[in-house]
Amino acid sequence: MAKVLMKGNEAIAESAIRAGGLCYFCYPITPQSEVAEYMSRRMPEVGGAFLQAESEVAVPNMVYGASGAGARAWTSSSSPGISLMQEGISYIAAAELPAVFVNIVRAGPGLGGILPSQGDYLQAVKGGGHGDYRCLVLAPSSVQEAVDMMPLAFDRADRYRNPVMVVGDGMIGQMMEPVEFKDREFPPLPAKDWATTGAKGRKPNLVNSLHLDPKVEEELNVRLAAKYEKMRKEEVRSEEYNTDKPYRVLLVAYGTTARICKTVIAELAAQGIAAALLRPITLFPFPEAKVLELGRKAEFLLSVEMSMGQMVEDVHCAMGHEKPVYFFGRAGGIVPSPGEVVQAVKTRLEGLPHCPTGDAEANDERRMTNAGTSEGGKS
Amino acid sequence: MRTLFQRPESLTTSPTHYCPGCTHGIIHRLIAEVIDELGLRERAVGIAPVGCSVLAFNYFNMDFQEAAHGRAPAVATGIKRARPDLIVFTYQGDGDLASIGMAEIVHAANRGEKFTVVFVNNAVYGMTGGQMAPTTMPGQVTTTSPRGRDVGQVGYPVRMCELLASLRTPGFIERVAVHTPQHVVRARRVLRTAFELQRDKKCFTFVEFLSTCPTNWGLTPIEATKWLEENMAPYYPVQNFKKFEETQKAPEPAKEA
Repeated sequence: MAKVLMKGNEAIAESAIRAGGLCYFCYPITPQSEVAEYMSRRMPEVGGAFLQAESEVAVPNMVYGASGAGARAWTSSSSPGISLMQEGISYIAAAELPAVFVNIVRAGPGLGGILPSQGDYLQAVKGGGHGDYRCLVLAPSSVQEAVDMMPLAFDRADRYRNPVMVVGDGMIGQMMEPVEFKDREFPPLPAKDWATTGAKGRKPNLVNSLHLDPKVEEELNVRLAAKYEKMRKEEVRSEEYNTDKPYRVLLVAYGTTARICKTVIAELAAQGIAAALLRPITLFPFPEAKVLELGRKAEFLLSVEMSMGQMVEDVHCAMGHEKPVYFFGRAGGIVPSPGEVVQAVKTRLEGLPHCPTGDAEANDERRMTNAGTSEGGKS
Repeated sequence: MRTLFQRPESLTTSPTHYCPGCTHGIIHRLIAEVIDELGLRERAVGIAPVGCSVLAFNYFNMDFQEAAHGRAPAVATGIKRARPDLIVFTYQGDGDLASIGMAEIVHAANRGEKFTVVFVNNAVYGMTGGQMAPTTMPGQVTTTSPRGRDVGQVGYPVRMCELLASLRTPGFIERVAVHTPQHVVRARRVLRTAFELQRDKKCFTFVEFLSTCPTNWGLTPIEATKWLEENMAPYYPVQNFKKFEETQKAPEPAKEA
């Protein structure tokens, strides 16, 4: 199929439809309302169900009901809306229902702003709602990758019977890029014999998250943990860039920020500084082993984010104290420029001899100089 | 030999956890009888709420989903939109439906979702130990209104049938009671109408049951029945609020701008 020029939000919607995501519930919020608008046009054409709900509190419960009845159900929203959905996501995880959530992240906290951000990293990968659960979290860095991810998201949601979250920033949602819709083949999925489709010729099915017996609840917790462990073994995805030759600096960045880092690497190379990039594609499970493997070959790591430092915690956790892990970020809806990331790298390279590897002082310094680094980048 | 009385197929054999004198058991049975009568059990999906009837799925012999507190109408919407052929009903108490789930019930009703809502109003939060509900009567003592409901502070009880009946879309709204045999007979007929309308894909259907809670009211079952009759029935009239008419579904066309 020939490539078409599409806005990220609309391309995500079209890809979801092609992946069989035919039950879509939503509530308008900038910067992802185009998904809802597109779905409202397309769903009647393909015989799907589109419904604009009364709130983002109701949306995931509609997804819960539809998914519980065996449909491929999904929604999309942006940060404040995703916060409201956390109740439903927790119930979906507990009831072991498949569902796909797309978060086109905007600046926060609170009402924040409508410009791109990566400030929902911790919410997405560490749980978000109450209780002991995880979402499988995918992070596209281009419109094409977002398109390719939707079928994968639906497949993995069904396969694991677990919520999958696709985290794109406002840039991914709003940007227009040429995309191609490819047919993706997956191994056959087990029948949804647990769904509430009417107890005809079988015992009643129950979609439920209530277990008053602590033994039964713990069994669920253990079963969920095993699921997340399987994801850690089988679902880790990342991209390496420029790692095939020696490098002094390993940049770690996902989504839009990773694209900026590729420009950063070219600019650093022009100045005689070798740098490489690790781009996590799955944020949960996080590519910990890759961080360690590639980080060992660098003098230090720099986590570049559109936040005040969230993924850096996972980078640090993966790297331990073997190499210094630094952070550079812009927030509030400001996208970092390649120039200021270059400057941040150079500042660290110059400061390296005075910065003992991985001890407490270095970590304190990392935190205390975040603001200073940002200002340095502006000059 | 002719069978005159037996357990409905739509009920399981599990003994319920409901208190003596509580009317949940009667209401469960009425739903089960109507579903049996209409032959809908094999395509029925019930939604259990959070509250005393949180374990309703143990008592109904049919598919069930357990919803978050107040969200049953949203869950039912999801099921019905995905599978319009299924017969879907929510079973919700007054805290669930009239307090935390107010937005979900109003909008499901206003969209005309074609499922049935069974609303059980006993004027108190039962499961959590007798706290004040949105439907608690003025002056009624509860564990969070120890001096009686003060309408100057928290307003008057919410009348859900009246509130929903103010909307244009919902097709069938009726309040019933089950504290006397006559009321039980009437309630059964109303419930049957609601499920028939759903079966025929007609409209949103809402049946409110006035219910007793002897345990949290601090009364014997017989006293509780009397209390309902004297205090609740005058404020919550047992009557029909909306009858389905084919014509009322015709929307008014939007005027050209």
